[in-house]
Amino acid sequence: MVQPILSVRDLRVEFVTRRGILKAIDGISFDIGKGEVLGVVGESGAGKSVTGSAVIGLIDPPGRIAGGEILLSGMRIDNLPPDEMRKVRGKRIGMIFQDPLTSLNPLYRVSEQLIETIRTHTNMSASAARRRAIDLLAEVGIPAPDKRIDSYPHEFSGGMRQRVVIALALCGEPELIIADEPTTALDVSVQAQIIALLKRLGREHGTAIMLVTHDMGVIAETADRVAVMYAGRIAEIGPVRDVVQNPLHPYAKGLMGAIPSLEGDSERLVQIPGSMPRLSAIPPGCPFNPRCPYVFDRCRVDRPEPIQHSEHRVACHLYDQSSVGSEAVA
Amino acid sequence: MFAFVIRRALQAIGVLLAVGIISFAMFRFAGDPVNQIVSLDTPAAEREQVRRSLGLDDPVPVQFARYLAQAAQGEFGVSYQFRQPVSDLLAERMPATLELALCATLFATGFGVLMGVFSGLKRDSIMAKVFQTISLVGISLPTFLIGILLIYLFAVTLGWLPSYGRGDTVRIGWWSTGLVTTSGLKALILPSITLGLFQMTLIMRIVRAEMLEVLRTDYIKFARARGLSTRAIHFGHALKNTLVPVITIVGLQFGSVIAFAIITETVFQWPGMGLLFVQAVQNVDIPIMAAYLMLVALIFVVINLAVDILYTVVDPRLRTSIRQPV
Repeated sequence: MVQPILSVRDLRVEFVTRRGILKAIDGISFDIGKGEVLGVVGESGAGKSVTGSAVIGLIDPPGRIAGGEILLSGMRIDNLPPDEMRKVRGKRIGMIFQDPLTSLNPLYRVSEQLIETIRTHTNMSASAARRRAIDLLAEVGIPAPDKRIDSYPHEFSGGMRQRVVIALALCGEPELIIADEPTTALDVSVQAQIIALLKRLGREHGTAIMLVTHDMGVIAETADRVAVMYAGRIAEIGPVRDVVQNPLHPYAKGLMGAIPSLEGDSERLVQIPGSMPRLSAIPPGCPFNPRCPYVFDRCRVDRPEPIQHSEHRVACHLYDQSSVGSEAVA
Repeated sequence: MFAFVIRRALQAIGVLLAVGIISFAMFRFAGDPVNQIVSLDTPAAEREQVRRSLGLDDPVPVQFARYLAQAAQGEFGVSYQFRQPVSDLLAERMPATLELALCATLFATGFGVLMGVFSGLKRDSIMAKVFQTISLVGISLPTFLIGILLIYLFAVTLGWLPSYGRGDTVRIGWWSTGLVTTSGLKALILPSITLGLFQMTLIMRIVRAEMLEVLRTDYIKFARARGLSTRAIHFGHALKNTLVPVITIVGLQFGSVIAFAIITETVFQWPGMGLLFVQAVQNVDIPIMAAYLMLVALIFVVINLAVDILYTVVDPRLRTSIRQPV
């Protein structure tokens, strides 16, 4: 089997608060291969962004990784000392944040920010770094990069700024890019351009991309595989076409049913009753059980473990053929 | 940019005109100026002569215009108590006050920014808490008390530093400086601390609050995600973003430092403009008071202008908005 670029094994992230320990991520596992785009979807608070922050080692206190492993091309990175991890960030893992308006330091020219980042990770001379910065801007589709490079962030439009952010994430030629809601703050037409850019980069450089979003449209267009997260767990993970057209987990079914289709305007959109539980009040058993239309007794007691079902992996008792495997995990 | 400076300069002239009216009006509030010049037993005819010779019989607007015209040339009349031109008196005292204000501001800015950055970055450390306590003392204790305490400790008890005066000064042209002699520098220490302590605590608190604010922003998070070194993030990206409010405070406070030097100068018998002003108030020496008022206003206005221009140096966004006024 080909070694995946990113491999997350049973990752747990906790936030220590005065009212106790909140489990933001509760045992998730997934892989992303070379050139593959993994979409991570879910409601706000499902743990999508925390997963991204955990991978890049930037969970803000009081959060902490409480268990599991994160492997980057086979090398364990979740327990690296801070200085080693700093060399991984930006060099081997690039990150793109949601809001391009606030991601760039307003007081520095784009050239200064790019050159600083390039020179942090390579020992290029200032002029070589500048040439590389211009190449990067050209690569992400900024017209006349040799002229625009000395502009300040506020002199760019939102879409152009997100391109600059992507160029900054590419400075170290990373193996993996974590894109945390990269299109949420942009116009729909600009969204499509940014998505096309990300896809092209993944294809041309073989960069693995973890695309965190709550926009199923973006996922359907971009991702190769998709992970549906719910209350800090992966409910279902599988090839994007299968999951969108034939979701197995009741939550994924609800989520897909909530996408309006262009044909057939008469049908009512499906709505999932209730809302996601707060981290402090996750019910025992399956966290989705209070909202699930197919709920049965076992769901309220046993926590479902991911089960391989055709090409999907789904954490739902409905697909568990053996009625035995009921070792309850707290 | 040029239009912006011109616009601000016009506003500044407006402010100075208003202050001119107030300081001119002072001459009238304090009774007939002639009475303060002549002695009690001067005959009425002689009083009239004095009045005419000083132009005090002209209509008020004419007198005001003349006052402004003279003030614009740096002429503020003759001091009642010293019988010397006020401009000469101020020029003689100004170096002392400016040197003191400058040292106090440098002290306040240097230590304020350092302590602020430190307590912003390591806000749970013991040192940060010590700094917070010092800042509380600096903000709540009145200046004269701090001055007296410092004198008691360093001048009286320990005998390390002089308790009053400027020490030896050297004249460079018309400027007398205490910055080049050892005794002059030693004499500067206690008054500078006294005068700058309040500003230092203010700057420290602002830098700390700004630092905490900036460290939470997305661009700092993004800088960390790009693997930049902690030093580059804290002192390059974060500190520069805290500077705009710091410049405001340092600039505006420099004006107050000069104006409030009055108290420090009194405590340390510092031969500056503030001490001159206090003596003038005690002796109802209105020309000095009026001239001092105008001068302080001028300093404030000039500093404000300088601060506005400095903003654009630090923050490129303001450069565009100034070029294209909204």
